[in-house]
Amino acid sequence: MDIITTDNLTKKFNDLVAVDRVSFSVKKGEIFGFLGPNGAGKTTTIKMLTTLLYPTDGSATISGFDIVKERDEVRQNIGIVFQEPALDTQLTGRENLDFHARMYGMSRDKRKNRVDDVLHLVDLEDKEDVLVKNYSGGMKRRLEIARGLMHYPTILFLDEPTLGLDAQTRRAIWEYIKKMNKDESTTIFLTTHYMDEADYLCDRIGIIDHGKILVIDSTANLKNSIGNDVITLSCPDLNKLSRALEKEEWIKNIKIHDSFLTLGVEKGEEKIPILFEIANTLGAKIKSISLRKPTLDDVFLHFTGRLIRDQEQDNTMKERPRALGGGR
Amino acid sequence: MRGAEFQAIYVMWLREMKRFVRSKSRIVATVAQPLFFLVVLGSGLRAAVMPGMDVSSDYLTYLAPGIVAMAILFSSMFTGISVLWDKQFGFLQEVLVAPISRLSIIIGRTLGGATLSLIQGFIILVIAIFLGVPIASASGLLFTIIFMVLLAFTAVGFGLVIASKMNDFQGFQIIMNLLLMPLLFLSSALFPIATNQGFPPIIRTLVILNPVFFMVDGLRGSLTGINYSFPPLVDFLVVLVICVAMMGLGSYFFSKSET
Repeated sequence: MDIITTDNLTKKFNDLVAVDRVSFSVKKGEIFGFLGPNGAGKTTTIKMLTTLLYPTDGSATISGFDIVKERDEVRQNIGIVFQEPALDTQLTGRENLDFHARMYGMSRDKRKNRVDDVLHLVDLEDKEDVLVKNYSGGMKRRLEIARGLMHYPTILFLDEPTLGLDAQTRRAIWEYIKKMNKDESTTIFLTTHYMDEADYLCDRIGIIDHGKILVIDSTANLKNSIGNDVITLSCPDLNKLSRALEKEEWIKNIKIHDSFLTLGVEKGEEKIPILFEIANTLGAKIKSISLRKPTLDDVFLHFTGRLIRDQEQDNTMKERPRALGGGR
Repeated sequence: MRGAEFQAIYVMWLREMKRFVRSKSRIVATVAQPLFFLVVLGSGLRAAVMPGMDVSSDYLTYLAPGIVAMAILFSSMFTGISVLWDKQFGFLQEVLVAPISRLSIIIGRTLGGATLSLIQGFIILVIAIFLGVPIASASGLLFTIIFMVLLAFTAVGFGLVIASKMNDFQGFQIIMNLLLMPLLFLSSALFPIATNQGFPPIIRTLVILNPVFFMVDGLRGSLTGINYSFPPLVDFLVVLVICVAMMGLGSYFFSKSET
């Protein structure tokens, strides 16, 4: 069953098309990830799905409710963890959760029990009466995740859940996300620009760039589409070599980048000697060569032609307008 | 309106109270400034007679209602700042994605702000009475409280209007000071203007156009029963209209700025 469906969802800010005719669906119970560089349109999509922004065009439903016409029903069904912390730092952890529960109309008994439950889920029981301003970054994130779950949402949106956290804390957050997906059978929609995060957490991934979805598939399928192994090689005569290699049938795909070549192949370790032979007959010298299992980095590179890091430098040049509160 | 909406209004109000109680510097700042005016100015110039003042009155009696109004007006700054704070620190989004009508959000916030304004107003009022400011009558005191409530809601509405239009704290504070100071000085709160024949007619006309003048005049008429220009009932009607208009503007701008 599809719990989120979008149909040509579009958002324009003046001349800038932030989200461009995006159509996808998310199944009940899965962890779905939007992977893309900063400024690709991930947050804007989330803001539309969570009723914070009106779409310019197209439509979407959450649990069968229209995001424009049935906003209250949509709001009742979703939990959100925003990219920037949205906690009241003058209140304690428990008070923040209690505020949330009351805003969602939960009764006294239900409130109390649920606060205990979610605090337990994110291991913050011993810090519940500490003012949030004294929390660390990781604790704030955990509290926000707990808050997102308070009102038993059918879908939880996580916008860059581990942005700015250290490696250890990220691991811990990932475990919490997995746990709540399993224990509470909450469908999770997350955005990230970390490959390893998408790889570790998501059942299915949509790669988004410049407001458009380039591909949607399961992580396994995406990696398989690249080949079982990825060989990266650099060589002074890239063009000559790649022309020769294009004729070889055992190469599933081949791409030239600025200074290197990536090849998707089966049984990569047996192919390296063959590559050297081919290079030898052409008189080309291979400067370096490496073999590894494909990662989502390769997938991203394959579909966008660039590394996600290059992309980010690109996008910071044209800062996008923020939907709420931002400078105007 | 559903029960859930009331619960949401209540918790938004509760949050303002908790934040206020926890912010020690805010309590000190909001009470200290008017208190300073009242005690230093009021006691220091107690024996002074100003042109336009009722002969049977001393200056402290003249000043006290003005300072009560000032305390309430200035606390509207804090309502505005708390709106800006939520905007800046993202908490606003948490409120906006809740399944609660925009109206309830505005009501909750307004009630919170108005309650805090009133608390500050009452602190000053009690201190003034303690310093020896006479109370005209019991009904006068009741009327004083009604004026204070109206004043509080007007001030919060004003804070909402300005905060909705601004995005940063410094700008907000500058604008508020720029607006509040002339309003206060031209309101007869600190010294008589409307009844002082020594002022050029143009200034006295300006005073009559100043909404704060009617608030202060109403408070004065009902609390001390001297030094006022219009009957409290007239002031009441004027202030009521201003209050409704300001609340309307405040909610309009607030809802506009947030969705």
